[in-house]
Amino acid sequence: MSAPAPTVAALARGLAEGAFSSVELTRAYLERIAAAQPSLNAFITVTGESALKAAAEADAARAAGRAGRLTGVPIGHKDIFCTEGVLTTCGSKMLGNFVSPYDATIVSGLRAAGTVMLGKLNMDEFAMGSSNETSHFGPVRNPWDTQMVPGGSSGGSAASVAARIVPAATATDTGGSIRQPAALCGVTGIKPTYGRCSRYGMIAFASSLDQAGLITVSAEDAALLLGPMSGFDPRDSTSVDSPVPDYTATLGDSLQGLTIGLVREFFDKGLDAACEQRIRDAIAVYEKLGAKVREVSCPNLPLSVPTYYVVAPAECSSNLARFDGVRFGHRCDSPKNLLDLYCRSRGEGFGAEVKRRIMTGTYVLSAGYYDAYYLKAQRVRQLISADFARAFKECDLLFGPTTPTPAFRIGAKCDDPITMYLNDIYTIGANLAGLPGMSIPCGFVDGLPIGLQIVGPHFSEARMLNVAHRYQQETDWHLKTPSAFA
Amino acid sequence: MEWETVIGLEIHAQLATRSKIFSGSATAYGAEPNTQANLVDLGYPGVLPVLNGEAVRMAVRFGLAIGARIAPHSVFARKNYFYPDLPKGYQISQYELPVVAQGSLDVVLDDGTRKRVGITRAHLEEDAGKSLHEGMPGMSGIDLNRAGTPLIEIVSEPDMRSAKEAVAYMKKVHTLVRYLDICDGNMQEGSFRCDANVSVRPKGSDKFGTRAEIKNLNSFRFVEKAINYEVERQIELLESGGKVVQETRLYDPDKGETRSMRSKEEANDYRYFPDPDLLPLVIDDAFVATIKASLPELPDEKAARFVRDYGLSEYDAGVLTASRELGAFYEDVVRRVGRDPKLCANWVMGDLAAFLNKDNLEINDSKVDAEALAGLVTRIVDATISGKIAKDVFEAMWASGESADAIIEQKGLRQITDTGAIEQAIDEVMAKNPGQLADYRSGKDKLFGFFVGQVMKATGGKANPAQLNDLLRKKLSG
Repeated sequence: MSAPAPTVAALARGLAEGAFSSVELTRAYLERIAAAQPSLNAFITVTGESALKAAAEADAARAAGRAGRLTGVPIGHKDIFCTEGVLTTCGSKMLGNFVSPYDATIVSGLRAAGTVMLGKLNMDEFAMGSSNETSHFGPVRNPWDTQMVPGGSSGGSAASVAARIVPAATATDTGGSIRQPAALCGVTGIKPTYGRCSRYGMIAFASSLDQAGLITVSAEDAALLLGPMSGFDPRDSTSVDSPVPDYTATLGDSLQGLTIGLVREFFDKGLDAACEQRIRDAIAVYEKLGAKVREVSCPNLPLSVPTYYVVAPAECSSNLARFDGVRFGHRCDSPKNLLDLYCRSRGEGFGAEVKRRIMTGTYVLSAGYYDAYYLKAQRVRQLISADFARAFKECDLLFGPTTPTPAFRIGAKCDDPITMYLNDIYTIGANLAGLPGMSIPCGFVDGLPIGLQIVGPHFSEARMLNVAHRYQQETDWHLKTPSAFA
Repeated sequence: MEWETVIGLEIHAQLATRSKIFSGSATAYGAEPNTQANLVDLGYPGVLPVLNGEAVRMAVRFGLAIGARIAPHSVFARKNYFYPDLPKGYQISQYELPVVAQGSLDVVLDDGTRKRVGITRAHLEEDAGKSLHEGMPGMSGIDLNRAGTPLIEIVSEPDMRSAKEAVAYMKKVHTLVRYLDICDGNMQEGSFRCDANVSVRPKGSDKFGTRAEIKNLNSFRFVEKAINYEVERQIELLESGGKVVQETRLYDPDKGETRSMRSKEEANDYRYFPDPDLLPLVIDDAFVATIKASLPELPDEKAARFVRDYGLSEYDAGVLTASRELGAFYEDVVRRVGRDPKLCANWVMGDLAAFLNKDNLEINDSKVDAEALAGLVTRIVDATISGKIAKDVFEAMWASGESADAIIEQKGLRQITDTGAIEQAIDEVMAKNPGQLADYRSGKDKLFGFFVGQVMKATGGKANPAQLNDLLRKKLSG
């Protein structure tokens, strides 16, 4: 079991056929995690002991004939999800000591489905970042080239799946935090429709944009895992009460008659020419599979980055107010008074990027600025949503690049937040409109992976997974493994 | 110069839901600190609010009762500020789009005039916790049991012109929320409290003066005292050439004065924005209609009915409808006696109210219940005892818990209606007082009262007054 792990689907088959036990599988992954940790830094916490215990329970359940299709499959959770009795840091010093007293709804959903948690994955602090360099626990490295960033904020999830040190990982996406690292690490990422997965127990960054999702090797794996983490949650008023289909049931559906829309604004001058070529190659594969391609336009989409950087910081400035040193998390030593407690606890507990966004958000919500920034951004957000809605009248799914370039060097964009923010230029629109989005591997540029982005109408996850799966049956980009982790 | 006072009130009424507005924790008062605060109330990372539908129903009940518009679409907003008893660093409230808008209430003032007070809006919000400073030297304690308790904040127009008017309005709201069963109205526990916005202006001016906001007044007496103090302070300030500054003030009941808490410049910028964790609150006509159908008879309707059906004065009707329980008690008495509702009203508002007051009891804890009081009034109506004797009987009933009939029997208080017995008493009195009899017969009519008194004395006050009058008149005239 030390060879590169195959897919969740293959592991599930192996477990079902008795080729190996969950304990054996879990132990093998724990070994791979330990071996890769010095070079990748993908984990913040490894829960080896409880993983082996859960694996033994899974094996017992299987022996008793009570196994589901995911029973005994190990996975990793992004450290943004609360896990009972386990350190939950959100990549921040602020929560460096926070042991959650409860499980996030998606964590309990995946546990109930039989998965085994291997540990908690590194991430940008409070999910604010596109390179995983803002983590208090140090940057995660890209398994394809450890000098490169893995993307962010779900950098630990993407890097660990790419290096096959976990079979699959949960992740979250507020402006591209699943799709962008999936693209930069050459793995499959899905951000479901806003409201599809409960946000309860997922530490909030920007509540109207945050959505839980998955990073996996294949679309089929994502289809297997998405069901147990989807559905209405009475504890999340923004979760949607609509039935959850079996996402695996339609994976093989034909693509005859599918109309793909190429978003003109995604193929702008910022897009690297070699990357564009890989995207065009992928589209050609779809044409062979029977899809029709047409160009569509979302004219307001170029406004998505400035819109996002008003809305997201505004919400985060309020969401992060609860970290005040009073009830949990970091508290400064011997505060002199209340103000000192607040100022030093927060000053010490938050990193620079988080502070930048809290200050930006506080500014845009302030009296006298609210209309010019927050309210205007909300209006633009409506326009962007309307653009998408119009585009979906002309096509079934939108295609484009996930990122303008492949992974960049660690440290290259740290001093220039605007350039860093522009890395999410193609992904933010889906968050603003609440749409589901995917990134699937579609080739390499200079040895680094490139992602094809698929954006669909609300609740079109089944169709998107079907479309991604059919591509992955024609190509093997998603099965490529970085040589250092082969 | 003559000054006019302008007052607007923001009343906070805790809604009597069993659980909190955004979590399942209990709302009961008085539990051990932090035993009624779950992860949502504590503002833990990752938790989310879920709106309690019962709080919405209660807010709509209130809106309908004040003839307000129920917003088909209202929005919860975050009011951002840091304080240790505010766990999330923001309070979930409603800002631009409240659930209830544009209502009014009529209040009857002491001089009997009626005044309409506009209610700008009423919105739903969560209460904060409490900071405890006593008994913890060098530290502060936080009790989050109250955090997340549902409140309705009722904002009036600046329509009141005196502290008395403000109190009358506040009492009316207090009556109403209890009628509607949406608030227990317990002011000592903070379930019903208000902030008063107070300003003064030269009489006749149509511009408002600069106002001060007096925070957290939790008794009618404090409201009246604080406003009166504040009005005097502002007038003195203005008359000595000073200026009123817009600020928040606190009332100190021990010193009987208000003092500055923070000025406008120091005021928080609350950075309100719609709470992305909660969907807009959508209320449809059917929901409103269902609630409308379930509303109880409201105080004004009930008072009008008492005037119409029982022939009471508006004042009496107002007193008897001040609480739903009192109105119910009164009607219970009337129903049992079956006649003379005015006499029933006099007893409820008179002796009964006085005894309740003396023992500091609520009507539902009265030592003489409606059945017992009806028994007493019936004995007055059927002339078994006189109204004067009834007062003694009532006192005995209050002390012993026994029925009127039992006490009348035991003490032999039954009126003498036997003509022979009364005549005999009259004969004896006439025989004992020949001088007065002669004077009366020679034209001193005023002596009639003397003879009534003597016969009453002789019968221990039990002679039926009407019969006594008749018989005495006949006998005296020979």
